[in-house]
Amino acid sequence: MSSISDDVHSDNQHSDDHHHAPAGIKRWLFTTNHKDIGTLYLWFAFIMFLIGGAMAMVIRAELFQPGLQIVDPNFFNQMTTVHGLIMVFGAVMPAFTGLANWMVPMMIGAPDMALPRMNNWSFWILPFAFLILLSSLFLEGGGPNFGWTFYAPLSTTYSNDSTGLFVFSVHIMGISSIMGAINVIVTIFNMRAPGMTLMKMPLFVWTWLITAFLLIAVMPVLAGAVTMVLTDKFFGTSFFDAAGGGDPVMFQHIFWFFGHPEVYIMILPAFGIISQIVPTFSRKPLFGYASMVYATASIALLSFIVWAHHMFTTGMPLFGELFFMIATMLISVPTGVKVFNWVATMWRGSLSFEMPMMFALAFIVLFTIGGFSGLMLAITPVDFQYHDTYFVVAHFHYVLVTGAIFSIMAAVYYWLPKWTGKMYDISLAKWHFWCSLISVNVLFFPMHFVGLAGMPRRIPDYALQFADFNKWISIGGFAFGLSQLIFLALLIKACRKQGEAVDARVWDGAKGLEWEVPSPAPYHTFETPPEVK
Amino acid sequence: MQPEEQSKGQRPPQSAKPNNAKLVGKLVVVVFGMFGFGFALVPLYDVFCDITGINGKTNDTAATYTNVEIDQSREVVVEFITRTNKQIPWEFEPVIKRMVVHPGEMYQADFVLRNSESRDVIAQAVPSVSPGQAALYLNKTECFCFEQQPLVAGQRVVMPMRFYVDPDLPKDIEVFTLNYTLYDVTGTTTGSTQMGQK
Ligand code: HEM
Ligand SMILES: [Cu+2]
Repeated sequence: MSSISDDVHSDNQHSDDHHHAPAGIKRWLFTTNHKDIGTLYLWFAFIMFLIGGAMAMVIRAELFQPGLQIVDPNFFNQMTTVHGLIMVFGAVMPAFTGLANWMVPMMIGAPDMALPRMNNWSFWILPFAFLILLSSLFLEGGGPNFGWTFYAPLSTTYSNDSTGLFVFSVHIMGISSIMGAINVIVTIFNMRAPGMTLMKMPLFVWTWLITAFLLIAVMPVLAGAVTMVLTDKFFGTSFFDAAGGGDPVMFQHIFWFFGHPEVYIMILPAFGIISQIVPTFSRKPLFGYASMVYATASIALLSFIVWAHHMFTTGMPLFGELFFMIATMLISVPTGVKVFNWVATMWRGSLSFEMPMMFALAFIVLFTIGGFSGLMLAITPVDFQYHDTYFVVAHFHYVLVTGAIFSIMAAVYYWLPKWTGKMYDISLAKWHFWCSLISVNVLFFPMHFVGLAGMPRRIPDYALQFADFNKWISIGGFAFGLSQLIFLALLIKACRKQGEAVDARVWDGAKGLEWEVPSPAPYHTFETPPEVK
Repeated sequence: MQPEEQSKGQRPPQSAKPNNAKLVGKLVVVVFGMFGFGFALVPLYDVFCDITGINGKTNDTAATYTNVEIDQSREVVVEFITRTNKQIPWEFEPVIKRMVVHPGEMYQADFVLRNSESRDVIAQAVPSVSPGQAALYLNKTECFCFEQQPLVAGQRVVMPMRFYVDPDLPKDIEVFTLNYTLYDVTGTTTGSTQMGQK
């Protein structure tokens, strides 16, 4: 967005030193500073990413060969369940919230988030949620083993007592993200600098605004679903119990009414990030800014009417299947608009391939592959074959790992120099990128094939004919896991402030208010709002 | 949506405060509203399925049979299957597994249930029809599934189910299956009230 002016009040620089931040652990416990809280969120998400990743390694080790060898099936199921929960609620969502905390105020010229005290709470309840969830794994009988989707009656009739802990932890996660979302909305509506009209907002801000509305619309429904599971299991209600007049299929309707918007919660901020990065390294303004905003909004609206594409095999009537098939396919239109606009932005741009751009390009290509497999799954008749196979696993890992997670990495590589004031170790970054790119495809691409051949998901053992592919998948998995340790090393180095100092703009093509403040960004920025022309 | 107070370099935190409370209030209302909506989906779902019959749920109170025209020219196959939930060691069988019926005519199908345990139990049968749309056209004037069945240890009962098929049954449905799943509801009282309310 070329319209943002360069003039920023010069008193940014010397305003660091009022509000003395307490040192040590107290600084982090009591902080209400959006940058501190952003950092907390990001580190928390990264730690969860490593823990959830370790669980994936257990899964892949078990599946390296057919037969049961390392863990027993019940523990295997706990691993798939908790891996999914941690990655969704502990890694991807908090990472995006962390990025929003850091960047949204700086991108709209606000001094902080609108509700800083609530911000502190919404972060600090999260570690407890995950402590509860993880500790349930060590109880007798183990933790949740019914899949991240916790379908009834698996989570009601057939689950063990740790379900109570699971429900409690999901409630806390939900409250945390609802508070985070409210904060984002209020910040964006009330704290924009003069002249920063809605249609001048950077796309990362726009996508987060829409995501925040999705969050407050569907996280309460998730809370309702887990509450019903809780009362069905422990207090004798029969929401999902046919014997008492309830219906287990209704669980799926309620869950996916939350679940499908949830997947867009995990991808819309990614769209925003890519829309920031591509113009910077193409040295051109974003192609079709307004259409990007409308596409994002229509994706968000459509996401409420497609949930039953997860339920094609539950015995829906024909008109239901047709409706949900067509509505699902409709979503790929605004999604296609976005991909088109990114490519059009690059068209005839003077491209350069710094690390954020590399991740953004990988995102565009690989996310699109995930979108295509999504379209295949949306075709009702063939979904009867693909449903609950590794093809679905391949689909959502392409959109979530090479989509959401690659975008988060792109964002970190893009804004990290602004946060630390130092350029990170570029050769480590290159190693991280290439190792991740190759291994992630070795990991997830063959899943399409074993899925089409009929290998079911969520099983600890499989038929012999899938053995070769699974060996490769596991090798890719271990390699991808190890590649993330390169990222860890890079981040530790960066946080120790090693590296070459960068200037305020960092990237020569970068536009936007966040690049007007010095690097590293001072503790307080935009105490006096900048003038946006 | 740009707050007016922020013009002329005023510091936004102070001027924005009253605004914040109002907006937060609205958003919190949305949050509670959506929490309620999650629960409202339960009755909505039932009503929707009742009207459209898409879930294969049959009527759970007795239908009345008043001179429905019998369509002698048409034959529809009705199949009966039964299953017991989990590993309940009871015997539950239809007496006839398959019937050829004329739409509009009254029929009776009997089901045998034996409590082969040495304790008294209460059973609840839950019907389900496949394909689902047929459920709208299956009218039961009498069914053991309308009530819970108390059985003393070792008791055997023959339970009747009287029904007719609505002559409006879509032409493309030539066969449909009525399944009864039997649940052990001994000691759970909530089940009965929810069933009874409908
Ligand atoms: C073009 C866009 C997309 C289409 C048409 C699409 C379609 C589908 C369909 C039909 C399924 C159900 C498959 C089955 O269970 O048989 C599915 C599953 C899934 N999709 Fe997508 N999808 C799209 C984009 C996305 C995006 C952007 C995300 C997340 C970032 C996502 C995440 C998921 C997840 C997590 C599941 C599996 C849920 C589970 O069963 O555990 N999808 N998708
Ligand atoms: Cu979906």
